[in-house]
Amino acid sequence: MTWNALILFGVLATSLVASAVIFLLAESRHTTRSVFNLAAAVLKLLLVGWIVWGVYQNIDYEFRFTIIEGVDFILRADALGMMFVGLSSLLWLFTTIYAIGYLEKAPNRSRFFGFFSLCVASTVGIALAGNLFTFLLFYELLTLSTYPLVVHRGTRESLRAGQVYLYYTLGGGALLLFGVVALHVLVGDTEFVPGGVLSGLDPSLHPLLIGIFLMMIIGLGVKAALFPLHAWLPMAMVAPAPVSALLHAVAVVKAGAFGIARLVYDVYGIEFAFSLGLLGPLAVAASITIIYGSLRALAQDDLKKRLAFSTVSQVSYIILGISLFGPVGTLGGLVHLLHQGLMKITLFFCAGNYAETLGVHKISELDGAGQRMPATSVAFTLGAFGMIGIPPMAGFISKWYLGIGALEAGMNWVLGVLILSSLLNAAYFLPILYRIWFRRRERLWCEGKVLGRFETSGWLLLPTLATAAFALIAGVLAGMPFSPLYWADLIVSREYLP
Amino acid sequence: MIGLWSVPLLFALPLALGILSLLVTPAWRPRLIFVGLPLLAVASFDVLARLVVEGPRIYELGGWQAPLGINLVVDGLAVGMILMTTLVASLCALYARVYLRDYPPSSSFFWPLLWLLWAGMNGIWLAEDIFNLYVGLEVMGLAAVGMVALRATPQALAAAMRYLLAALLGSLAYLLGVALLYATYGTLSMAGLHEAAAPNVTTHVALALIILGLLLKTALFPLHAWLPPAHGGALTPVSALLSALVIKASFYILMRIWLVLGPEVTPIFTAQVLGVLGAGAVFYGGWMAWRQHHLKQLVAYSTVAQIGYLFLFFPLVTGTGPEAARLAWDGTLMMLVAHALAKAALFLSAGNLILAVGSTQISHLVGISRFRPMSLFSFGLAGVSLMGLPPSGGFTGKWLLLHSAILSGQWWWLIVLFLGGLLSAAYIFKVFRMSFREGPQIDRSVTPPLTLDVTALILASAAILIGLTAHLPLFWLRLGSAFGAG
Repeated sequence: MTWNALILFGVLATSLVASAVIFLLAESRHTTRSVFNLAAAVLKLLLVGWIVWGVYQNIDYEFRFTIIEGVDFILRADALGMMFVGLSSLLWLFTTIYAIGYLEKAPNRSRFFGFFSLCVASTVGIALAGNLFTFLLFYELLTLSTYPLVVHRGTRESLRAGQVYLYYTLGGGALLLFGVVALHVLVGDTEFVPGGVLSGLDPSLHPLLIGIFLMMIIGLGVKAALFPLHAWLPMAMVAPAPVSALLHAVAVVKAGAFGIARLVYDVYGIEFAFSLGLLGPLAVAASITIIYGSLRALAQDDLKKRLAFSTVSQVSYIILGISLFGPVGTLGGLVHLLHQGLMKITLFFCAGNYAETLGVHKISELDGAGQRMPATSVAFTLGAFGMIGIPPMAGFISKWYLGIGALEAGMNWVLGVLILSSLLNAAYFLPILYRIWFRRRERLWCEGKVLGRFETSGWLLLPTLATAAFALIAGVLAGMPFSPLYWADLIVSREYLP
Repeated sequence: MIGLWSVPLLFALPLALGILSLLVTPAWRPRLIFVGLPLLAVASFDVLARLVVEGPRIYELGGWQAPLGINLVVDGLAVGMILMTTLVASLCALYARVYLRDYPPSSSFFWPLLWLLWAGMNGIWLAEDIFNLYVGLEVMGLAAVGMVALRATPQALAAAMRYLLAALLGSLAYLLGVALLYATYGTLSMAGLHEAAAPNVTTHVALALIILGLLLKTALFPLHAWLPPAHGGALTPVSALLSALVIKASFYILMRIWLVLGPEVTPIFTAQVLGVLGAGAVFYGGWMAWRQHHLKQLVAYSTVAQIGYLFLFFPLVTGTGPEAARLAWDGTLMMLVAHALAKAALFLSAGNLILAVGSTQISHLVGISRFRPMSLFSFGLAGVSLMGLPPSGGFTGKWLLLHSAILSGQWWWLIVLFLGGLLSAAYIFKVFRMSFREGPQIDRSVTPPLTLDVTALILASAAILIGLTAHLPLFWLRLGSAFGAG
């Protein structure tokens, strides 16, 4: 076991150990728990930084052991995986800070933070998985660790949401399992290799491969909230705000989108997937989801519901990018994996701030919120501009490359989808901004609680501003080394020129 | 044969302790485990070490050769079962020592029965001839019936009576089959039968009788009716022992005899029928488990369902290629061991939850996740394995069975594994759903003693860990079997 393997395992272990310790701590040990949790998050971030630098220099990080004959447990750091790990460990830190503030004085915190850490551990496992088996292992663990978070409030509504969440994810997980076993029978242990491992198979197996692909896309599409498998996501909005942030930006939907990226690039291989004719239908499915999500978002008055449908739409940009054959489309899809995370988490933090501080959940009640909570509202505005794709926000970069990628792939109609969806994004975000900044509040805010010396508790405000700043910087400094765009470019160059 | 003292010790010691425990005062009976458990653990590991170093062997008891003496088989399968028994039964015994303090009259009879049960099981794992298997089966069965009756309520006695009749009928059918085989081939030893057995009417009738008897004892659907009242109604440590270990013994015998008779004698049709019955068990048991309101009945019906997976072994191993058969062997044994660990953990943690809320009704678990997270956590870990979700022994077993089903082209078993997993998720999450519901804000539940929670947690963690480290145990289990060691 080399040092590099241990460091890689350490990235996973930090959140696993944090989870175990938190479960064992008594409910009343709030300070110890918070300190430990934050320390683990910071340590993880440092380890990730170390490995990112190593991967940049083409150093191999691998951790493996044999589970059963012919099936290994493999963790491996490659450029694509590290992108997802980087996103999740950065946002874990901020979401933990936010959750500590959000859940102050709430019951069941030990359970909450324990499963929260476990959820991040599974996300990291998904990102670092070096073969389909390991991926599946963490993919299912993610389902199990998010269920207690979704039903955290213990109300009838949240239990119902949890049940629907399980129907979808367990069903999808079972389909994915079949796909993985079937591929295992065909080619043995399915390690992720740029360019894929299936193109050498006999052409008579191609119909079977198409079937397996479909099955696995359904299994992954459930978590990625691909239409019509998205219904659980808006329902899961009953969970506390940090959980929504986690579900939408870091863990669950991203795990689905990331899985699709792995499947297309590193199992089937983009060229082989293209030659099987799998990419076109995938692009159509993604496009339908993009438009459908935006249309549904328009009709919501509940702020978190609108954001949820916006997620349905935005995550499919990633899938759209994956399905565009050509380096530029890939670049647009992958960079959006990071950009969407940063922007969406900001928006959810803001929604949580409004709800916690002002008791406002509905968009129609947001009039004049900008005056009362200027900093939160600035962050919200930045996030919303990013989602619409206004330069120089990060969202613009994604859409720009997606558009060029579509033209390069010869799929001009995708450009129409992008324009239509941007218009729809504007149509459901701009009215909120108008209400926040330009309408006056008629009545006084029903302020029950004073949450610190800023406009709200510092625990809530700081992460919000930090992620908003990241979303801005990712756009403005997109050309700098180690920006999301730079890293996505690195992935693309390694993927297309193996 | 100096140095192999540990093999006879494995059944002689529990037998001796069983007799000894009847001679000492009731207060001293539980304390005998502090002698018995370490010795049995040492003996089990000694047997394992010898197996790994010296390879599988036949052990002649007292140095007498077969027709006169008794032969014991010390191969990977037997040793694996012995280790499983030692782990599960030891933890159940530690649990029972604390748990039974509230049941003083039952407690005094529990201990002799436990040792007897243990002796019977170890006898079965080691027996090389089909008559000694019968002896072990009877010893174990009678001890198990006694344990079910321990509670001494009318329901418990009715359940025990039902169990007794099923067990006796099962043994009788088995014994008839054994007698037929002996009359035909003049041998009881497995090796002898392997040589001699030919596909003729007598053999098939004998096989049918043996299968019927063992199915009844294993409680395979539709012969399962005795199991839920017996397992669900017994004292918690008894439920755990019966569900985790006892029903495995009759399955083990069937598995051994099936493989000994070989593919010429065992018809593919029968194998498929056994698989179909297994599928029926998975569906019916899962459905019934989901419908229960009584926590331990839910767990008991879950056993009915999980037994079904084991019976997929027969269609997957009969008339299929060597690779598919090996995977079926690996997968079935993984399932068997994982179920033993997970089901014991599930029963023990269910017992803890029942202690905590003072009621057996699932609907009374409202809000318990806040107050007794540790009991619920063990329940959850064990549940993960039963649902076949990763990372767990149940998942690894399911993976191997899926693999085998695809390789042998029997895609219909995939559906069983697929729907069975979802059904078990439905009943496990039924319990979770209730416990996550917000209920009373004040903690009125009883705190179970720490030993009870810790033993359940160890078993549940073992069910998870064995899935991640399956390579080595599966290698050991294959030693001396028809599926090679490589």
